[in-house]
Amino acid sequence: MAIGVKVLERPERQVSYVRATLKGMALTFKHMFEKKVTMQYPEEKSSDSDSGMGRWSISPRWRGTHRMLTDEQGRSKCVACGLCPQVCPANCIKLVPGEDEQGNRYPLIYEIDEFRCVFCGYCQEVCPEEAIHVGVHYENSEYSRDRFVYDLERLSSQTHAVSTLWDPTDPKGE
Amino acid sequence: MTPEMKGFLLLSIIKMLVVFTVTMVGVALLTLMERKVSAWMQNRRGPNRVGPAGLLQPAADGLKNILKEETFPALANRWLFLLAPAMSFVPALLLFAVIPFAAPVPVDFDFTLGPLGRFVHHGLMPMVVADLPVGFLFVLAISSMGVYGIALAGWASNSKYALLGGLRASAQMVSYEVAMGLSLIPVLLLSGNVSLSAIVREQQLGLWYVLPLFLSFFIFLISGFAETNRLPFDMPEAESELIAGYHTEYSAMKFSFFFIAEYSNVATVSAMVATLFFGGWDIPFTHWDEAGGVLQTIATAGFFFLKVMFWIFFVMWIRWTLPRFRYDQLMGLGWKVLMPLALAYIMVICVAVYLVEQRFGITDPIYKSLILFGLNLVIGGLVFWVLDSGMFLKGSARQRLTINTRARRATVTG
Repeated sequence: MAIGVKVLERPERQVSYVRATLKGMALTFKHMFEKKVTMQYPEEKSSDSDSGMGRWSISPRWRGTHRMLTDEQGRSKCVACGLCPQVCPANCIKLVPGEDEQGNRYPLIYEIDEFRCVFCGYCQEVCPEEAIHVGVHYENSEYSRDRFVYDLERLSSQTHAVSTLWDPTDPKGE
Repeated sequence: MTPEMKGFLLLSIIKMLVVFTVTMVGVALLTLMERKVSAWMQNRRGPNRVGPAGLLQPAADGLKNILKEETFPALANRWLFLLAPAMSFVPALLLFAVIPFAAPVPVDFDFTLGPLGRFVHHGLMPMVVADLPVGFLFVLAISSMGVYGIALAGWASNSKYALLGGLRASAQMVSYEVAMGLSLIPVLLLSGNVSLSAIVREQQLGLWYVLPLFLSFFIFLISGFAETNRLPFDMPEAESELIAGYHTEYSAMKFSFFFIAEYSNVATVSAMVATLFFGGWDIPFTHWDEAGGVLQTIATAGFFFLKVMFWIFFVMWIRWTLPRFRYDQLMGLGWKVLMPLALAYIMVICVAVYLVEQRFGITDPIYKSLILFGLNLVIGGLVFWVLDSGMFLKGSARQRLTINTRARRATVTG
C-alpha cells in the first residue's frame, strides 16, 4: 500500500441478512415508544430553559439582533465615537454624531440594518463604552422589510440578554 | 329489467360508493400514518399542527396540491403526460372491487320507487363489490397494469431522470410479477378455486394459509413490496440517484395522484396478504363469524380492517428500517432467487398435496394444513439459512469470500 490506505478486515463469516433485517426491525419498533426529542417550538421555547420548561437553551455566546445599553437616566451609553461603523464588515451601521452644550458627544442617528448585518459581533467587541451589544435572541419576524432597520430608540428598548461573545470561564478559547 | 336485477344493481352501487369513499379517505389518512410512523421511529412527533393530533393534515396537503401550479415540461408529450397519473391510479383502486371485506350480510327488501319500478333482494349479500368467479386472475391482471402508468409517466416527461425511473419501474415490476404470480399457485392448489370468497371460505375450514404455505406468503410479500415500488425496492423513485424518478416532472395534483396510487397499492397489497394468507375477514378460533348476521358482518369487517392495518404498518415499518437495494441485486433477487424458489415450491406443494390426499387419504383440512405446516418449517428454515448467509446476493461478503478462495486456489495450483 504505497499511499497508505487502511484496509479494514471485514467480518465476512459473521455476516447475516435475514437476522440483520429482523434485528433492524426490532430496533425501529423499539424507537417508536421512546421519548420524543422534538421541542414543541411555539409552546416550548429555549428561552424558557430557566423555568425548566425548555429542554434546549441557546448559548450565552449566541450573536443575535442588537441591543443598545442605556445609563441610569435612560440615555444611550453611546458616545458616537464611530468605531462600530468603522469596524463593521457588512457596513450596516449608520451613525451621525452630535454634541450637546457640555461637549458630550451622542448619536443623532444610530441605525442598524439587520438585513445587512452578518452578526459577527465586532461592534460589541470594539465598543469602548460597552454600549452596543449583540443579543441572545432569535425571534425577529416582522410584517414589513422597513422594520428591520433598527433605530436608536428600538435598539435601546430591547430587553433580551446580551451576548458574552466568548465563554467567560475560558476567555482565550483554550 | 327484473326487480331482482334492479335490487342487485342498487346494492352494487351502494357498495361501490362506500368502498370507493372509504378507500380514498383511507389512502389520504395513510399518508398521515406514514409520516407519523416515520416520525415515531425517528423519535420525532410527526405532523401535529393541523387539526387534533394532525388528523387534518391530509386535507391541508390536498388543498395545497389543488391550488398549486400545474407545470408542463416544454417538450413533454402532453396527452400521455396527463394520462399517466390516471393510468397508475385507476388499477390501484380497481383491485378493491374484488376483495371481500366482511362476512355476507342478509339483506331483504321489496319496494317500489316511482318510475324506477320494483326493487327486490332476498338472502345473503356478499360484502364485496364484485364477487368475480375469476377474482384472483383479475387481481393479477389489473395489478400488472399499474406499470403502464409509471412507464408512461417516465417516457412522456421527456426528462432523463424520469425516463430512467420509468425504465427501472417497468423492468422491476415485470420481473416481480412473475414471482408474484408463481407464489400464488400453491394457494390455488390448496383452495381449488380462484374466487377470493372461496379462498377465504377454505381458510375458515382449515388453517390460515400463512401456516401451510409460509414460503408462498414470504415470496408474495417481497414481490408485493417490489410491485408497489416501496422501499427497499423503490428503484423507480430512488431520490439519491434519480431525483424523484418517474414523477420528477410532475407537480400539484398530478403528483398527488401518483402518491394516492402508491398508497392505494400499499393498501391493496396489504388487503391481498390479509385475504390470501390471513383468512380474509375470518375471526380466528371461532365459528361464530360464519353464521351470518349483521353483527357478524360488522365484527368481521373490523377484523379485516385490523389485519389490513397491520400489514400496512408492516410495509411502513420495513420502509423505515431497510436501506434501498442496489439495482442489479434487486433484479438478481427477483430472477435468480424468488422465481426459482417459487417454482420449486410449487413442485414441493404439488407432491405434498398429492401424497397427503391421495396416498395417505387425509382429507380433513386442519390435519392437511398441519402436515404442510411441518413441511414448511423444514423448507422455510433451510431457505432462511441460505438467504441469511447472503449466498445469492451479488457482491455480498459471502460471495466475495468464495470468489477470493477460488482465485487463491487458482494461483496456488496454476
